[in-house]
Amino acid sequence: MNARFVAIKIGRALVTMWLVTTFAFLILRLSGDPIEILLGDQAEPEVIDHYRALYGLDRPLHEQYFKYFAGIASGDFGFSLVDERPVLTVIAEAVPATLQLGLTALLVSVAIGIPLGIVAALNRNKPIDRFVMIFAVFGFSIPNFFLGILLILLFSLWLRVLPSSGMGTLWHLVMPAITLGTAASGSLARFTRSSMLDVLNKLYMRTAAAKGVPRLRRIQWHALPNAAIPVVTVLGFRLGDLVAGSIVTETVFAWPGVGRLLVTSVSGRDLAMVQGILLMTAFTMVIANLLVDLAYGWIDPRIRASTAQG
Amino acid sequence: MTQAPSSGLADPVASAVRSRFRHRYPPLVLASAALIAAVLIVSLAAELLAPYHYTTQDLANRLRPPAFLGGPALYWLGTDELGRDIVSRLIYATRFSVVIAILGTAIGAAIGTLLGFIAAHFRGFVEEAIMMLVDAQASLPFLLLALAVLAFFGNNLTLFILILGINGWENYARLTRGMVLSANTQGYAVAVRALGASPFMIYSRHILPNIASVLIVQFTLNFPQTILLETSMSFLGFGIQPPLTSLGQMLGAGRAHLLSAWWIAVLPGTVIFLTTLSISIVGDWLRDRFDPTLRNR
Repeated sequence: MNARFVAIKIGRALVTMWLVTTFAFLILRLSGDPIEILLGDQAEPEVIDHYRALYGLDRPLHEQYFKYFAGIASGDFGFSLVDERPVLTVIAEAVPATLQLGLTALLVSVAIGIPLGIVAALNRNKPIDRFVMIFAVFGFSIPNFFLGILLILLFSLWLRVLPSSGMGTLWHLVMPAITLGTAASGSLARFTRSSMLDVLNKLYMRTAAAKGVPRLRRIQWHALPNAAIPVVTVLGFRLGDLVAGSIVTETVFAWPGVGRLLVTSVSGRDLAMVQGILLMTAFTMVIANLLVDLAYGWIDPRIRASTAQG
Repeated sequence: MTQAPSSGLADPVASAVRSRFRHRYPPLVLASAALIAAVLIVSLAAELLAPYHYTTQDLANRLRPPAFLGGPALYWLGTDELGRDIVSRLIYATRFSVVIAILGTAIGAAIGTLLGFIAAHFRGFVEEAIMMLVDAQASLPFLLLALAVLAFFGNNLTLFILILGINGWENYARLTRGMVLSANTQGYAVAVRALGASPFMIYSRHILPNIASVLIVQFTLNFPQTILLETSMSFLGFGIQPPLTSLGQMLGAGRAHLLSAWWIAVLPGTVIFLTTLSISIVGDWLRDRFDPTLRNR
């Protein structure tokens, strides 16, 4: 039973990766001749033929597809036609910046979202609950490019206390991390609240109260661990929002990460680069989702128990 | 003949009705609905409301502040770097953003719902294939795919609207499939089928109206996401291209003038924010009303 569950999850992850890879190949081929796009209309036919042969674009389509697939499988994502370096090398240089920003934003959203959600659930329908819920809706309704610009306006241009762009000191990290973390903290607060409310209404909570366990102890030892399970899961699935958000946030703050690299590559029509970022991001996310799926069974003792029986 | 007391304080029925009304339609929801209505009216009547066309330039009056910050009374929200009236541009930008978002959301809803019906009708391999696509789509951030497609195909308005349209289809497909599968086993569907109705009749005349409320709620949840996607892409410079304008495009162009003329960026941003906020509030409220299991939360 358990092995089958794992096998299905891994199979689906592989299929998704294959779909994305095929999608990338198809849009690359459907969009016209990449060499002509790169060299322009005025290029000599001999030059075009030379580059076409160099990149294997003169071969039949299915042959290109298999060659492309084999390349990806062996970690060869091609050359950036603009940077003239391997795509993977350029991406690898940008990854640390993105990780630094992404993890900080995740921390910000957890530090704000989870406590707010818990407080709201414990004070259900009181003013503080309403306030938290309004904050949550604000948080995920404000577009991050707008929040970023408001922060730059306030803290960089008017108060002049924080740098508006670039990377270097911790001060550079403050505004991008808040921008990226706010939306996630809003939805996290809402989710934590509803997860807590679910648990607080459970019979075992009433039992604990009836046998005289103090309120703080009930919340700490009975409610929180049980409410945490779905929250941890949803945290893993929020990764996609973080990735999409970082594309915009990195551009607003000129943060030298993968998101900004994608935007500059799309503007410069560096197709190999765009394709490499698309595939790397997709693979990372699929694997992360897979790990969350598998971890779910490991975190939740009930799933472990049912697996042991079956 | 005695007359009923007319004062609200003394009339328990009227005050109960009012309290019930306030409970059913909270002020925040009403305010949001009013704002959505205003946005729709502005989009529909842009020509009537805008003092100028969105491309009309007044080069003698460039980067003028709004009237309340000491600018000329002629342009009460100021002008941009080409001396174009911000009020007029906001009105037209709202129209473009709203129309594109409605088109985009509608396309996604149609594609997703259709695929959901197909999956539930054919079952087997077709269902597996569609659900596999749904999973693949749901596991990737859409902005990434959208930017990749635009990078490869170049930018044009039709493609941009189609891309926005594909956004969110997987939610409708998943919802529709689940609801159709359960509806197919219910008495009314079985009865109509026994009477000899064709599958198309059953789906379009009987099942679709029954599941429509859930789909409409999904539409209101998807709509602000489409607006955010459009404005994000236009902000990054990959969506609506000048001379056309949208709220995201205005905001992106206004970035260059933050220090000298902050209102160019802040005003369209505020419109985007208030619009998505209102739709989210109304959408949440609708979902709570349609879904009794959530009512206690």
